[in-house]
Amino acid sequence: MIYVLVAVIAVLLILISVGFTSSFKSGKKTLSRRKTSSKEELSSSEHSPGKKVNKLSEESPSESDQAIGKRLPGQETKTEISDNADVAEEVFAGSQESTPAVATGRVNLRDRLSKTGGILSSPLATLRGKGRIDQQVYDQLEEAMILADVGIPTTAKLLDSMRNAVKEKKLSGDASELANYLKDEIAAVLDVGDTELSMEEGPGNVWLLVGVNGVGKTTTIGKLAHSETRSGKKVVLAAGDTFRAAAADQLELWAKKTGADFIKGASGADPSSVIFDAVRHGVAQEADLIIADSAGRLHNKANLMEELKKVRRVAARPPGKLTEVLLVIDATTGQNGLIQARLFTEAVQVTGIVLTKLDGTAKGGIVLAIASELNIPIKLVGVGEGVEDLFPLDREEFAETLIGVSQDNV
Amino acid sequence: MFENLTDRFEGIVKKIKSKGRLSEEDIDSILRDIRIALLEADVALSVVQDFITNVKQRCLSMELSKSLTPAQQIIKYVNEELTAILGGEQLRISYAPKPPTVILLAGLQGSGKTTTVAKLGRWFKQQGRHPLLVGADLARPAAVEQLRILGSEAGLAVFSEPTDPVSVARRGLEEALRVGRDVVIVDTAGRLSIDQVLMEEVRRVSVAVQPHYTFLVIDAMTGQDAVNTAKAFHETLELDGIILTKVDGDARGGAALSVKQVAGKPIAFVTTGEKINEIETFYPERMASRILGMGDVLSLIEKAEAEVDKQLSAKAMDRLKSGRFTLDDFYDQIQQMKKMGPLQSLVSMLPGMPKEVRNANIDDADITRIEAIITSMTVGEREEPQIINGSRRSRIAKGSGTSVTDVNNLLKQFAEMQKLFKSSGVMGQLMNSSSRKAKKKSKSGKSKR
Repeated sequence: MIYVLVAVIAVLLILISVGFTSSFKSGKKTLSRRKTSSKEELSSSEHSPGKKVNKLSEESPSESDQAIGKRLPGQETKTEISDNADVAEEVFAGSQESTPAVATGRVNLRDRLSKTGGILSSPLATLRGKGRIDQQVYDQLEEAMILADVGIPTTAKLLDSMRNAVKEKKLSGDASELANYLKDEIAAVLDVGDTELSMEEGPGNVWLLVGVNGVGKTTTIGKLAHSETRSGKKVVLAAGDTFRAAAADQLELWAKKTGADFIKGASGADPSSVIFDAVRHGVAQEADLIIADSAGRLHNKANLMEELKKVRRVAARPPGKLTEVLLVIDATTGQNGLIQARLFTEAVQVTGIVLTKLDGTAKGGIVLAIASELNIPIKLVGVGEGVEDLFPLDREEFAETLIGVSQDNV
Repeated sequence: MFENLTDRFEGIVKKIKSKGRLSEEDIDSILRDIRIALLEADVALSVVQDFITNVKQRCLSMELSKSLTPAQQIIKYVNEELTAILGGEQLRISYAPKPPTVILLAGLQGSGKTTTVAKLGRWFKQQGRHPLLVGADLARPAAVEQLRILGSEAGLAVFSEPTDPVSVARRGLEEALRVGRDVVIVDTAGRLSIDQVLMEEVRRVSVAVQPHYTFLVIDAMTGQDAVNTAKAFHETLELDGIILTKVDGDARGGAALSVKQVAGKPIAFVTTGEKINEIETFYPERMASRILGMGDVLSLIEKAEAEVDKQLSAKAMDRLKSGRFTLDDFYDQIQQMKKMGPLQSLVSMLPGMPKEVRNANIDDADITRIEAIITSMTVGEREEPQIINGSRRSRIAKGSGTSVTDVNNLLKQFAEMQKLFKSSGVMGQLMNSSSRKAKKKSKSGKSKR
């Protein structure tokens, strides 16, 4: 298939650049004629040997760069190691970031989450006026859930079970009853696995963070490093994002701030080599935990997903113990979040979701769809840019904020 | 795999096409499908509702057309309404009479502002301008460093200092005046639309530099919240346009429709990849036809005109005509093609590609393999592939790190390709019709600019 495509495109390019742009119409004929042949090609190329995937080496992290990441400019895998355990916090002077007051998770999270316009506010108003659940309540609820990015299939599922509950007289026209019912239903949808971050005994645990560009992976690692070092663990941060300009610098600042060790490779190095070095360093230093960053990548880029698979394999190789693969999802993400979760899980077996930027107006309803369709639990919730702004998920609390009603104000 | 908006519409269109006559029920069921398709594409609910109402009204008052079936007419309405929402007009940068032209970028965290600043800088440079990039994102660790690296890669000057965003922006403008830069692009920190302190800060940045253009940078993967974001930023900054990023993902891109509708401002640019040249001006009609499954040929053509070497192409054209297209020419064409970006993104712009091809995993590593094989051949072999015998094959395979099967595959495919090129059927048709239309095209081409 690739040949046909190359040929088609090459011919098009020639035509275009020599000024035959208007030949597009007749060019279309050519294309459709080739369509049949490209389909044949598709099936034949599946059986052709020498597919890139088979070539990936399990042994050395740096030998198959060419086969994988096309965006790796070089193959240098020189690694710099810096021990920041003693470096004080003032190195972080460049940042204007305000460190929020120290507070315990629960109370603070609820305060930080946006309270405006939960999905139940207009349905409840209708319900109070009418005293019974009618079509208008369902419609408003459906609308509100779509607006929260829950998505049509999951919304339909929730509404169906609500209709059943009404039919079976489990649910009447009482507002607080409905609020409680929905809260429990949503919490139940989210209850698809352990929300605790897992760790095994002994050094060399690896947590790998993955996700599309700009969701907040590096910042989340900084926050995780803060909470884990604070709870007395020895932590190494691995700058697995060797692609984005200054990503390693950004992570290094977090390492300095939190007193974690920091391992980085040359810009453009093979990310798996950085993880390899970080694990080796971490085990040698008896660090409990290595938190590995990865470059943001769109899940539909096959070569970059192959690169990530290799990172995962390297991270999981003893003495390293890969105990978490966390997919970071931005709360503003729409229905594409479900596809992200599906493809990242297929590639690197995601163990949990980190939902970031929940302090904005976005509700992050897509995680309901992810939990309901893919059974991946949300484990962490990010609500700001400060080191303290990361919280373990409390399902009930999340459900309450999503519907915008807590027990005391129904 | 996953249905995107294009695929969905294709499904709907197929359903309509098979009907000659539509009842009101048919129309309702089609519109229901369209509603779901748009919602799953993250188009904002309010926008979807308007859209459906408008289309339905037109459907009900549909006058029977002689040339179109009712089904075709609905498709036409949908297309027209989509184009109307997406803009109908496009933003053209007009430069300030007294330079520099100041451009301010704002948006949520992680929408891609810093990368876009560098891409925009390169774009202006290509237009013959001399941009200065100003790094006023002092909040995210190493954001300025990132801008400096991107700027130096693109050969663009970058200004920043560790003071505060407002004075960095002001001083950046002074710096541009001092060194005679005619475009200034200001990067700002990502901020949430409900963060009043930071929204006030970006407003003060805007007041300080008095931008000629203020762009909201928004991620193509954004869901329903796109509307809130666009509203809030528009209220604070009076946007002039929108830049839609990460369009190369498989998000259905409904945010484009929503944001356009809410802010009432055109989408000025879209960014389509991680390379610094992957930015394009936005054409509403093209996006609408992309959504409706008609490909995006115009963008492809424009890209090709900018990146492809004309001399090489003319040479290849001659060769094609005379039927002497060699592996060397093929290799040249691959190089040209690579300049245009990943193969997948090119394919997505081609019209009429079946879903299987559009959604197939097209891997640029396959191209690298083809290149390796060709470069492992001698000049003679490239001119005359027929001379490649068994031992040459294994030498080429060794030299290129591939297998003999790969080499065979390439030779076989290339031979078939040559046959295709030679047969007057394909190329002849193309060439004849194109030369007939060449005149017409050059006229319309001029009027387009």
